Amino acid sequence: MADTLLAIRGLSKRFGGLLASDRIDLDVARGETHAIIGPNGAGKTTLIGQLAGDLRPDSGSIHFAGQDVTRLDAPHRARRGLARSFQVTSIFREFSALDNVTLAVQAHAGRSFRFWRSARSEPALREPARAALEAVGLGARADVLAARLAHGEQRQLEIAMALATEPRMLLLDEPVAGMGLDESQKMVRFLAMLRRRITIVLVEHDMDAVFTLADRISVMVYGRIIATGTPSEVRGSDDVRRAYLGEDRA
Amino acid sequence: MAISRRTLALVAGGALLALVPPIAALTNQPFYLDLFRRMMIFAIAAVSLDLILGYGGMVSFGHAAYLGIGAYAVGIPAFHGVDNGWLQWGLAIAASALAAAVIGAVSLRTSGVSFIMITLAFAQMLYYLGISLETYGGDNGMRLAGRSRFGGPIDLREPAVFYYVVLAILVLLLTLGNRLVASRFGMVIRAARSNEVRARAIGFSPFRYKLTAFVIAGGAGGLAGALLANQTEYLTPDFMHWTRSGEIMFMVILGGMGTLFGPVIGAVVLLLLEDVLSALTTHWQIILGPILILVVLFAKRGLFGLVAGAETRDG
Repeated sequence: MADTLLAIRGLSKRFGGLLASDRIDLDVARGETHAIIGPNGAGKTTLIGQLAGDLRPDSGSIHFAGQDVTRLDAPHRARRGLARSFQVTSIFREFSALDNVTLAVQAHAGRSFRFWRSARSEPALREPARAALEAVGLGARADVLAARLAHGEQRQLEIAMALATEPRMLLLDEPVAGMGLDESQKMVRFLAMLRRRITIVLVEHDMDAVFTLADRISVMVYGRIIATGTPSEVRGSDDVRRAYLGEDRA
Repeated sequence: MAISRRTLALVAGGALLALVPPIAALTNQPFYLDLFRRMMIFAIAAVSLDLILGYGGMVSFGHAAYLGIGAYAVGIPAFHGVDNGWLQWGLAIAASALAAAVIGAVSLRTSGVSFIMITLAFAQMLYYLGISLETYGGDNGMRLAGRSRFGGPIDLREPAVFYYVVLAILVLLLTLGNRLVASRFGMVIRAARSNEVRARAIGFSPFRYKLTAFVIAGGAGGLAGALLANQTEYLTPDFMHWTRSGEIMFMVILGGMGTLFGPVIGAVVLLLLEDVLSALTTHWQIILGPILILVVLFAKRGLFGLVAGAETRDG
């Protein structure tokens, strides 16, 4: 791979008797959209958690943009350009949509030990936040309380927050889960627009989304990556079919 | 833009407090001057607690510790003949901010019930430390040798002058607090209260912001303690007792968490109720309890929400 942004080596994580990550090796190239699929309980979310810095691996290493980030916590990784969305929507519910994104811009800008000036009156925070909301199609909903947004809009808001931190990589944990057909198609179209510009690691059960978006796909079963390849390679693999696609295609 | 109910309530409240001394003088009721001064001192403590409780979600059950530290920072120097107010009050703020830094550094690593219990435990430790200070009266406490001295026209022995000093500090704290909670710093602690996992995921490390807020609140609580020692001209470890911490927390909840102005109303109403009800019966807390429960159940934003309307809340 010419230009590797994320390099995972020998990553293992055990929860009691369950080996959730079993010596995972994975490279993600800059600009690539890499989907991770697999049956429930395969360890996909555990892997995302370790990449984001919420979970400590028992062994192995994670290099991001050439630097070892294995021991960095989540905020530090976020500041280095690893942004994420959660499997269960995670937003600041008591704040407006615009405030949510403003906070993300502020987190990215650093310098939050400022005590006097109103953060809401700072164009340097507000304007990029508005732009990110427009980008995901929430421009007209800027002043709505995040808790009052529809489910699909909340997922879009999460993406807007991630984008507002100007990330080098997006970690998306089931971005279209729980969405209606319309919403989910809108989200896939939007993510397709981001391809190439931002490197994306995507966990998703919706196979239409995966095969539309992914440059490469890794298949996880029981904590191990059993296959990595282009969508057509993965679709054609008998191992994968047996392990996964057959049973979960619905 | 029409003047909001909130602005109207604030102006009316401020005018009311400013007019207490002339009214007390005209009606020849110096007692009210004393009572309202006491209310405002507790309001300062309650507002400082609201900064971390209402905006930061830090349920500190030991806020009276700073009240006590501030009081002793006035009383101990006074006992040794040092009556300079700048020095005493400066010491009160510095010592309680330092204590808050230590308590916060330990307790902020936990959350939920553990956080409440650790802050409570620290305050109780300081309470027993106060009892063990035999030189300074032990568990009986001691009389304050004299009120803090500032020179010039600021003579705290003048009841009205002392009153306006307290009012000025309260207004200053409310002004600073209002800027703070809307600033970048304030947005970080409010975001961490709203959703800490999300705050971390976008790149905030909440601990140092929370600790800073905790220290600011502690320092302001210490200043309230310095004022309280001057108010009562007496200091005892009881200032730090956990029931006192509970009282301050009641003021915040009663007035409205996360409103800053609400705790002022909370302090005024709670002390007023205490005063009125305790004149009726010695079991006045039996009446106070249900009132508090009703407010918590039916006035989501406390008394301030009832006065100012519900439109003011965000984050």
